[in-house]
Amino acid sequence: MADPSRSSTARLLTPLAAGILFGLGLVISGMVNPAKVIGFLDIAGAWDPTLALVMTGALAVAVPAFRTILKRPSPVLEESFSLSTRTGLDPRLLGGAVIFGVGWGLAGFCPGPALSALATGSVPVLVFVLAMLGGALACRWLTEHA
Amino acid sequence: MIYLRLGEAMANFTPVSGFLGGVLIGFAAALLLLANGRIAGISGIVGGLVLPKSGETGWRVMFVIGLLAGPLALIAARGAPFPVEIMAPLPVMAVAGLLVGFGTRMGGGCTSGHGVCGIARLSPRSIAATLVFMFSAIVTVWLTRHVFGGLVG
Repeated sequence: MADPSRSSTARLLTPLAAGILFGLGLVISGMVNPAKVIGFLDIAGAWDPTLALVMTGALAVAVPAFRTILKRPSPVLEESFSLSTRTGLDPRLLGGAVIFGVGWGLAGFCPGPALSALATGSVPVLVFVLAMLGGALACRWLTEHA
Repeated sequence: MIYLRLGEAMANFTPVSGFLGGVLIGFAAALLLLANGRIAGISGIVGGLVLPKSGETGWRVMFVIGLLAGPLALIAARGAPFPVEIMAPLPVMAVAGLLVGFGTRMGGGCTSGHGVCGIARLSPRSIAATLVFMFSAIVTVWLTRHVFGGLVG
């Protein structure tokens, strides 16, 4: 490994750059707007297929990029990749997905767009984000105490 | 009636900006994996900040700062905010936030972690989770906006 102090700075700058790119992508795609997300989920209404195009664009880059990157023995700035090694489906995975889907359908917000939409200073977005943090804490607490 | 609905859909559909925004999201996920070996899953990144572990906080904070700074810079450059149309009253927003926070931590991911990164590495768990939360959200929207119309405003 190279000079550790230099790499520790870089280790914080690349997530900042990735966050900026991600946030810009969410705004440009329109996914920060719950009306567009609900428009996609509302297949019985005036359906707006934009979200499918966002996924297509993201996967058009990410599928070949991940395939190439994961052939490396390690990432550029860290010793190893941090990836889930879990396999198989379990009630926790699927139950969590059902609960998340209900919240997503009610508000039209998932975690990334909600955080980026905070940039507009909207109070309902702030309420959603604080409740989301509370929900994450509750899950953590239940996991450790149940 | 079908034609009328299709016309409305075309009015809302923004395929070019949608695709380009998606491409940026894909590059962001690739950058974080290549440089830091991490998955750009927002619920996981934020969930790890609620009760932080040492050595796992800095990069998460920086990513979240970026997630806010990108849109803030765009607002500053344009001189106007981007549209964020709230679709539910405040109490429903609070309940929805709780469910999103709880469900994503329980299920180990959200639209970014399972939907983009997990599918990109062809993880069967992520593909299953994405299908389930898509279906669950579609049913929720159908129930609240068509079956019990006006329930969430």
